[in-house]
Amino acid sequence: MPLLDIRNLSVEFATRSGTFRAVDGVDLHVEEGEVLGIVGESGSGKSVTSLAVMGLIGHNGRIVADRMEFAGTDLRSLSPRQRRRLTGKDVAMVFQEPMSSLNPCFTVGFQIMETLKVHEGLDRAQRRRRAIELLDQVGIPDPESRLSAFPHQLSGGMSQRVMIAMAIACSPRLLIADEPTTALDVTIQKQILDLLVSLQRDRGMALVLITHDMGVVAETAHRVAVMYAGQVVETRPARALFEAPRHPYTGALLDALPERALGRRRLPTIPGVVPGIADRPPGCVFNPRCPKAQADCRMGPIPMFPDETGAARCLHPLRQVGGQAA
Amino acid sequence: MFKFIISRAALVIPTFLGITFLSFFLIRLVPGDPIEVRVGERGITPERLAMLREQLGLDQPLWVQFASYVGDILSGNFGTSLVTKNPVLLEFLELFPATVELSVCAILFAVILGLPAGVMAASRRGSFWDHTVMGVSLGGYSMPIFWWALLLILLFSVSLGWTPVSGRLSVMYYVEPVTGFMLIDTLLSDEPGAFRSAVHHLVLPSVVLGTIPLAVIARMTRSSMLEVLGEDYIRTARAKGLSAGRIVGLHALRNAMIPVVTVIGLQVGTLLGGAILTETIFSWPGIGKWLIESINRRDYPVLQGGVLLVATLVIVVNLIVDLLYGILNPRIRHGR
Repeated sequence: MPLLDIRNLSVEFATRSGTFRAVDGVDLHVEEGEVLGIVGESGSGKSVTSLAVMGLIGHNGRIVADRMEFAGTDLRSLSPRQRRRLTGKDVAMVFQEPMSSLNPCFTVGFQIMETLKVHEGLDRAQRRRRAIELLDQVGIPDPESRLSAFPHQLSGGMSQRVMIAMAIACSPRLLIADEPTTALDVTIQKQILDLLVSLQRDRGMALVLITHDMGVVAETAHRVAVMYAGQVVETRPARALFEAPRHPYTGALLDALPERALGRRRLPTIPGVVPGIADRPPGCVFNPRCPKAQADCRMGPIPMFPDETGAARCLHPLRQVGGQAA
Repeated sequence: MFKFIISRAALVIPTFLGITFLSFFLIRLVPGDPIEVRVGERGITPERLAMLREQLGLDQPLWVQFASYVGDILSGNFGTSLVTKNPVLLEFLELFPATVELSVCAILFAVILGLPAGVMAASRRGSFWDHTVMGVSLGGYSMPIFWWALLLILLFSVSLGWTPVSGRLSVMYYVEPVTGFMLIDTLLSDEPGAFRSAVHHLVLPSVVLGTIPLAVIARMTRSSMLEVLGEDYIRTARAKGLSAGRIVGLHALRNAMIPVVTVIGLQVGTLLGGAILTETIFSWPGIGKWLIESINRRDYPVLQGGVLLVATLVIVVNLIVDLLYGILNPRIRHGR
């Protein structure tokens, strides 16, 4: 049984110009101890999917799913109280903007110990000891004195380490990291990524790593789901995906990696933008930007086609590395 | 922290200079000097007028009068009233507790009602409750104080007879002034029922004076709260699995309070301005009524001294608010 099992998840938001389906029929599963990379451009629905799993979609959002289970618990039928007992304990999340994700009015120590107090019910001294341990584990020097630091006294990298310490405080079985390195300097990005991977390995927790950076996925993920305009368009083990992408979108993303474009004068790009609220095309959502699009791509919804290593939502998939169609 | 206090206190000096200057010259712009006002239509011989003016030093050029006034202030002398011949400072200290009592009750009324109303409106944005709070507070803010006071007096004092019309205490009671605060003095006295009477007298003026601050605090709390509730750290708090009460009441409120405390501090100025009207309507023997009378009598020393003392009070309160702000907001305390 997968740790997290999602079937046909849709999230809709009521906006002034009608309902907007940010996530459209997503199937995802995460195994115990697995690293799943979710890749996609801005607006592809990666973050909304994870927020839906965390139960953090606001009142203006509507979540529909055929199945939404975490460790056998149906997330759809939980009361808010039951939900809170799970969130932050068994499923935890790290966000994109570490500097604004910590509450500026409370010390680092308070914010970490608060999680421990709510979920573990430890006494003051135990909480303090655990908080120091956690800060030490995420590589913060002099953890004891850092407990009384306020967020504005920390750098972005340090703040993200604190966020990670807070997220792993109650030893979650699943950690969702939503673009955890995007807001950080390049040198710090690598450190944070290494930290996440080593924590994942040491603790055997599952990690969902959401990113728009194919390079990050290549280094860390066991399995990858590529999202586009609210849909999963391709999913397979990382190695297979990088060797032989089937969906033209995945192919184009890989082609845009600088290390794969050696010898070319210009880095290849994907023309156009992710379709917005009003211009979702009929048929394959990628067809207006797809070089391989044919008449049948513009009709009806396109299902996922399973193959030997995974599945792709494409009628005319790529056969070889580098976007060469058969 | 000490440096923070000193830097804030240093800013006070130019404010004092400005107030001294304004209060001195503005009252002298009003036609009629203290003697003319006192004489009224009875008439006075030019010789006697000149003599009286000379006695009061009003025949001197304005800048000489100003210089001697500033000199007096610097040596701690606020002058004596032209009408009662009592020292201004003494009169102020005698009337001051009445105004403080009224203002404190008004601001308590405003905060105790305004904060929760704003928080509730923000956390149920767009609901019936939200619209009610916003509508009522807009009404409260727009209401002229004197009119609102008269409406309340008509309803609660005249029609229903629940509260007295004016004053601080029923004439049935005599209470020895110990602190000057009627609520405390009546408790200290052994007159049964005096405390009740003091409370009864305080209710309407407090509500009237507290209405505008209430409206401002409720609206400010709401908008500040709405902004904070959209912040990333609120999402973090939810992701930690905290209860809605803890998220709103601790994580959001603590941040939302920062601008609200500033506004509450600024309301103290409004409050003293409002106290002048409220005290006049309810015959409340405080600073406001005293100042109004001093203007009518052109009692220059009382007005100048009174305005300066009230200004000092406002400045001190704002200084306290600044310090409080530093405690609430760690980013200020640790300053960069």
